[in-house]
Amino acid sequence: MNTAAIETQENYLNAGYGLKSWLLTKDHKRIAILYLITVTIFFFIGGIFASLIRIELLTPQGDLVSSETYNKLFTMHGIAMIFFFLIPSIPATLGNFFLPMMIGARDLAFPRINLLSWYLLVIGGAFALFAMLAGGVDTGWTFYTPYSTTYSNSWVIATALGIFVSGFSSILTGLNFIVTVHRMRAPGMTWFRMPLFVWANYATAVIQVLGTPVVAVTLVLVFCERVFHIGIFDPNLGGDPVLFQHMFWFYSHPAVYIMVLPAMGVISEIISVFSRKPIFGYHFVAFSSMAIAVIGFLVWGHHLFVSTQSVYAGLVFSFLSYFVAIPSAVKVFNWTATLYKGSISFATPMLYAFGFIGLFTIGGLTGLFVASLGFDVHVTDTYFVVAHFHYVMVGGTIMAFLGGLHYWWPKMTGRMYPENWAKLSAAIIFVGFNLTFFPQFILGYMGMPRRYHVYPDEFQVLHVLSTAGASILAIGYLFPMFYFMWSLRYGEVAGANPWGATGLEWKTPSPPPVHNFDEIPVVTHEAYDYSTVVGEGVEVG
Amino acid sequence: MAEQAHAPVETLALREQFDTAEQQKESSTFGMWVFLITEVMFFGGMFLAYTVYRNTYPVVFGMASTSLNAVIGALNTAVLLCSSFTMVMAVRAAQLGRRKALIWFLVLTLFLGLVFLGVKAYEWNQKFVEHHIPGAHFYFEGAAEQGPAQLFFSLYFAMTGLHALHMVVGAGILSWLLYHAARGRFTAEYMTPVDIAGLYWHFVDIIWIFLFPLLYLIDRHMR
Amino acid sequence: MSEHVDSVKTYTTVWLILLALTGITTGVAYIDLGAFSVVIALLIAAVKMLLVALFFMHMRHSTKLTQLAAAGAFLWLFIMMAFTLADVWTRGLVGTQGR
Repeated sequence: MNTAAIETQENYLNAGYGLKSWLLTKDHKRIAILYLITVTIFFFIGGIFASLIRIELLTPQGDLVSSETYNKLFTMHGIAMIFFFLIPSIPATLGNFFLPMMIGARDLAFPRINLLSWYLLVIGGAFALFAMLAGGVDTGWTFYTPYSTTYSNSWVIATALGIFVSGFSSILTGLNFIVTVHRMRAPGMTWFRMPLFVWANYATAVIQVLGTPVVAVTLVLVFCERVFHIGIFDPNLGGDPVLFQHMFWFYSHPAVYIMVLPAMGVISEIISVFSRKPIFGYHFVAFSSMAIAVIGFLVWGHHLFVSTQSVYAGLVFSFLSYFVAIPSAVKVFNWTATLYKGSISFATPMLYAFGFIGLFTIGGLTGLFVASLGFDVHVTDTYFVVAHFHYVMVGGTIMAFLGGLHYWWPKMTGRMYPENWAKLSAAIIFVGFNLTFFPQFILGYMGMPRRYHVYPDEFQVLHVLSTAGASILAIGYLFPMFYFMWSLRYGEVAGANPWGATGLEWKTPSPPPVHNFDEIPVVTHEAYDYSTVVGEGVEVG
Repeated sequence: MAEQAHAPVETLALREQFDTAEQQKESSTFGMWVFLITEVMFFGGMFLAYTVYRNTYPVVFGMASTSLNAVIGALNTAVLLCSSFTMVMAVRAAQLGRRKALIWFLVLTLFLGLVFLGVKAYEWNQKFVEHHIPGAHFYFEGAAEQGPAQLFFSLYFAMTGLHALHMVVGAGILSWLLYHAARGRFTAEYMTPVDIAGLYWHFVDIIWIFLFPLLYLIDRHMR
Repeated sequence: MSEHVDSVKTYTTVWLILLALTGITTGVAYIDLGAFSVVIALLIAAVKMLLVALFFMHMRHSTKLTQLAAAGAFLWLFIMMAFTLADVWTRGLVGTQGR
């Protein structure tokens, strides 16, 4: 059971103590942990705003907060969750930790830039947090002009600066991953032997590098308009507010694929291990990641359907938005085919993976609803859209993030989390999530607008259900916080490969040593070759 | 060719995540190119805004453009092209292990870059004097619609300002290179920082290669 | 990656061509070419860019990956411009209010 010998083995966690050894680290694994702490903090900040929103929406009157304050609540919820939690979440935590190990490298190509990326997230987050505490931003996370540039009296500049800085965090992570995957693969680790998690993060990195600079320059222009009055989105000068929307969404649509592609990568890993089968259609899944990255850049105009964008452009964007669903569907089919005749075990990561497949499918299908021009005119800016993106972001990405955390926890910490509590939490989260967001589809379809805190009486029942769900969801999210911390001290000691998984990360001790591999491995097997791990691992669940 | 790259000095600079100096150099160079991709998209956003508005207000943009001094703009372009020449000569000197030549060419490049910035400062001051700086005191003679004229100058200042910022960063990088070159840190086997700094400098030059005609040369034949 | 050291002659020639093209683009701007003015200006700028990229940035000696990456950057810039202009240029074609 608990062997003291494991504790004394030198690994990345005990290879140096003290704040300086963490804050000046170049080890991608420590940087991943730093990121994990940071994004978790912002998750809870975003969660606080969400709670206030849901409490306000219990009643049809605006009785908890004023309209101005409510505008700030949903704005800051969006900003915290999107820019400071979801975008960095999987790539900068699980990706940072495991991408080098999965390809047999000792670290990323540029470890100091990796550390800089983390500092940029923290600094950007500090600016945004300052703005939140100093009075908040009320423009919506989308910063539409001319409100954000001319009329808003809130802390737009500080927030824009915070997002700008954190954008460079994202860019540098993407740059690091791209160079690493191209140049640092171990001998024998060909592109098509890489785990699909690496493919997913690589595709994500391409998006980060091509898209983020555009939102950065857009925010620079908003900043310039507010500070120097050199405005180019100001309609009084003949400027076009829709130009802002084009520039903003050119990034922000691919950004949602930054949020979901790594999640899909996690699911590929989990489905394979807990079916004890290679992923069906490996090449299709790998190529679908790249296809999503590319096609995802061609659809941004579907956010401008009702913004006076030309109907012709709308038609093209609508068609392409249907098209981008295809590679995502390819993945879902391949995961399902992987399950067929697999040896399935229901450990917690697998529960999250099942949750992901179901909820992402609903979210994705409703994405097709809103991709349709006519339907979108009806539901745009209603809770239907809110429900759609929460299904993919929360039902999708966050479920996958939790699944990945549970799956890789033993490797990162050398400890197992308590399985029964974890299963219970997964169930609570699943129930809470659906109760929160499914009523919102109905609300939206019936006409409940988003970003409103006052609504007609007939919507109250659905809102109450949604808030009840949110309370359950919140409890579900709190449990892992506690048992993960508990496991660090009291969890069962995990061996090198408790799940019997393939993948180079499972060939190292848990927790791994500082340099990952004493000798760089030479790869001779395909990914997910379970004949190489016969007898390894413990049956869990 | 590749066999030459096994002198002992390289191991001093070899970082532990890399196996060979060649891998390190290739990674650094590719990394810089990826960074330049992000810069293309970064400046690209402003070029997009420029394209949209020039398309919408072609006449006023033409009038505003001709109020800029094309001769000074062209001369400044030449200055920057010369600095690209001296920069690539610096890289060449580093490749050949010629320390003195490297230092001289870096000094020249830095000097030319500062000349460029000085001329830009003069130009911006001219715009200030002529009340062409967007804001409360903006007034553009000859344009019935002041708004689009302000749009042109907003873009002018935003784009040349962002470019100038990149030049300042470039000047900083050149200074850093000079410091290390003077201390003999670069050899024929290890000159990657010079190489990738050169890539950055040339890229900033390319941005200006497009900025010059787009900002200075609209409808010149009319005036 | 083998180090190609280009000759001083190569660099000098490219440099002089760049200066000449700058002069040409400035001079041509004073000639009335109608809609072609902007096309010529962009073409000359593109040639200058290629000269700087291929010779000064050593792109003609670089890996296919690097060349692909550079091309990709411009492809993405083109996508961003093309789709946005597709909106701006086709507004009002239908003749319906607000469309």
